Amino acid sequence: MSKFKVLRSHGKQFIPDLNAVTLPPIFRGRPSLDARTDEATRRALERLCPVGAITAEPFSLDTGRCLFCKECAMAHPDAVSFTNNYKMGSNDRRALVVTPGTDTTPFEADAVRERICSYFGHALRLRQVSAGGDGSTEMELNATGNVNFDFGRYGIEFTASPRHADGVVITGPITRNMAEALEICYRAIAEPKLIILAGSEAISGGLFAENRAIDRSFLATRTPDLLLPGNPVHPMTFIDGVMTLTGRKKRE
Amino acid sequence: MNWFITDNSAPSAELARIPELSYAEFYAQLCAELENPACHLGELFAMREQESRLRIFALLLDDTTSQVKICSYVYPYYCEDELPSIAARHPQAHPFEREISELYGIRFSDSPWDKPLRYPARRAVQGNTIDNYPFYKMEGESLHEVNVGPIHAGIIEPGAFRFICHGEKVLHLEIALGFQHRGVEEEFLRTDNRLRQTLLAESIAGDTAVAHATAFAAAIEKLSDCPPDPHSNLDRERAVALELERMAMHIADTGALCMDIGYQLGQVACEALRTMTINTTQIWCGNRFGKGLIRPFGSHYHIDQEMIRTIRSNVAEIKRRYNEVRENLKDTPSVLARFEQCGEVSLSQMTRIGGVGVAAKASGLCRDVRWSHPWGEYLRIGHRPIVKRQGDIMARLTTRCREVLQSAEYIDDLLSAMTHDERPTPAPRFDTRLAPLSLAFSLVEGWRGEICHCAVTDRQGALACYKVKDPSMHNWLALALAVRGAGISDFPINNKSFNLSYCGHDL
Ligand code: SF4
Repeated sequence: MSKFKVLRSHGKQFIPDLNAVTLPPIFRGRPSLDARTDEATRRALERLCPVGAITAEPFSLDTGRCLFCKECAMAHPDAVSFTNNYKMGSNDRRALVVTPGTDTTPFEADAVRERICSYFGHALRLRQVSAGGDGSTEMELNATGNVNFDFGRYGIEFTASPRHADGVVITGPITRNMAEALEICYRAIAEPKLIILAGSEAISGGLFAENRAIDRSFLATRTPDLLLPGNPVHPMTFIDGVMTLTGRKKRE
Repeated sequence: MNWFITDNSAPSAELARIPELSYAEFYAQLCAELENPACHLGELFAMREQESRLRIFALLLDDTTSQVKICSYVYPYYCEDELPSIAARHPQAHPFEREISELYGIRFSDSPWDKPLRYPARRAVQGNTIDNYPFYKMEGESLHEVNVGPIHAGIIEPGAFRFICHGEKVLHLEIALGFQHRGVEEEFLRTDNRLRQTLLAESIAGDTAVAHATAFAAAIEKLSDCPPDPHSNLDRERAVALELERMAMHIADTGALCMDIGYQLGQVACEALRTMTINTTQIWCGNRFGKGLIRPFGSHYHIDQEMIRTIRSNVAEIKRRYNEVRENLKDTPSVLARFEQCGEVSLSQMTRIGGVGVAAKASGLCRDVRWSHPWGEYLRIGHRPIVKRQGDIMARLTTRCREVLQSAEYIDDLLSAMTHDERPTPAPRFDTRLAPLSLAFSLVEGWRGEICHCAVTDRQGALACYKVKDPSMHNWLALALAVRGAGISDFPINNKSFNLSYCGHDL
């Protein structure tokens, strides 16, 4: 009897069309910059940002560094604002740098390696490695497979063994103490394989970029296939990014 | 007895007022106080005070009097004397002593478990590396070892577990941590940018962003010359955020426990309810984990009447539906069969290791700083902790279940009390000056348990030491004890029933 109660209240939970999802306006997604911002304000913003994501000249905001604290927009709302656009992922590091007057993050579909779409366009298994992640992006990645988002409907899931995986999703700034384990895990995956960096800390090292407890040599010789800004990465940013990377969705 | 006596709502203390004892006195009075089961060690940490000396502080928490007692001893930086170990008499001191040994090379002569804690970058012996952790060994033809990690099967943080098993039965589990070490405490000192420090606090453990940021804000406010506006709703808003975080994580853990025993109904119902809870936090502040919400002295996200209505109605719905799940779990025999009498930790074990939070309360040990050492709004709430006795997985689950309902009630009460108060929450401040040569601590009950932050300032009022304690620091040993004698296949549900933080421990 008590099961029926739970079921009745639970009802239908899955989001029927993931492409139609919009997040509430207050969500801190892709920022937008105003080209008319004067130099003094731009310099003030450059000083204000605690992770050096804002550059005054030329005026830009690097979402690969930004921790989405929104203090910049709170101090100078005319110069910076945050939109609810969660489509922030790209395969190009430079595309993460937001400049005035743009409202989409470019995705270089032509630059995706040839075999990626044909091999992974129908089914994709990913191994997640947390290397100093604070646990929030990890929980959001878990949430992509939950009853609401149900990313598994597209044949895209996380797997336990790297031997079964087609790529690795890295969270965290990559700690020295995890560097070797990450390397071993990555090597255990068969070619062709993907590298996805989930979260601004994975992309740039975030607050810990300069700390000696961090070792980012894994990335020195390798080019990530997908970079997903966020603190943490919203499940929709991940879903949109992976669908775009594997050719199942186009960035308009 | 020579202590500086204070409490969790008092302002910071001048360093000069904290007694500086000889180690013999320090050891004697700490060991004596710890005989009292109502007292436990909230923090024990070393800082380099001048070039040539270390000063080691102890914070003792007395649950019956709400007092926090502080004392210290000094150890010359290049001294090589061995000290008698407090952990040898009171095992709860072990992670703290291990940390001090690891960072500064101080030896505790009779330490029961003298091993590295987290392999920080600035450790005294650089030759100790995480891949040669000295795991405990047992000889015997019928024994075998099972190694799990550092990378685990699911999407979860890394840590290494080494089991010594006799057949299916676990004789011993040792947990080696440190893989997540990022240098958090060091980063607090590398900057005087208060906003950057706030973001650091939020990333100590991303699933506890609100509680750690609250602890940081409180420590800074205690050190600053200007108190926060007592007439605003700031304290209430912080309590609402903290209880929402508790609800979300307890619901997530309920779902995760169901998942691990293959009880899909409980799992999916909780997934949906957790989504609803964190989306409520998102509607309030734009982030599902409450990052950006807690700031020193104020907030950017004043709760207005409309937000009060939204949060209240969401929380009421979550509470109603979660209660149905709770009742269902309690009368599903296949659930009870897995959770009852599995992973038991006794009250005396919990007391000896200094357990805190949900795990302690499930074993009959009432540890909850909302009750014992209240601060801010909790001074008015009159919190009554939920305490169970069995100490098994079921008890840890039902403690969580009841806490979800309790938090929902608190949130509703807090929000309804705000109805007539229109005074806007002040804006955050990142520019306040800190009192020089002072120590401030803050205790906050996060969803896992007691969080303690300690900030010590130098002559110029800059941070000279920032010490973070996540409840996981106390409780990892409880997990190791819980699985002793259990079947190894019950490890995952035991692990989930504690759900401790790796990054919060490794810092
Ligand atoms: S929101 Fe991003 S760019 Fe703005 S101050 Fe924060 S970290 Fe810097």
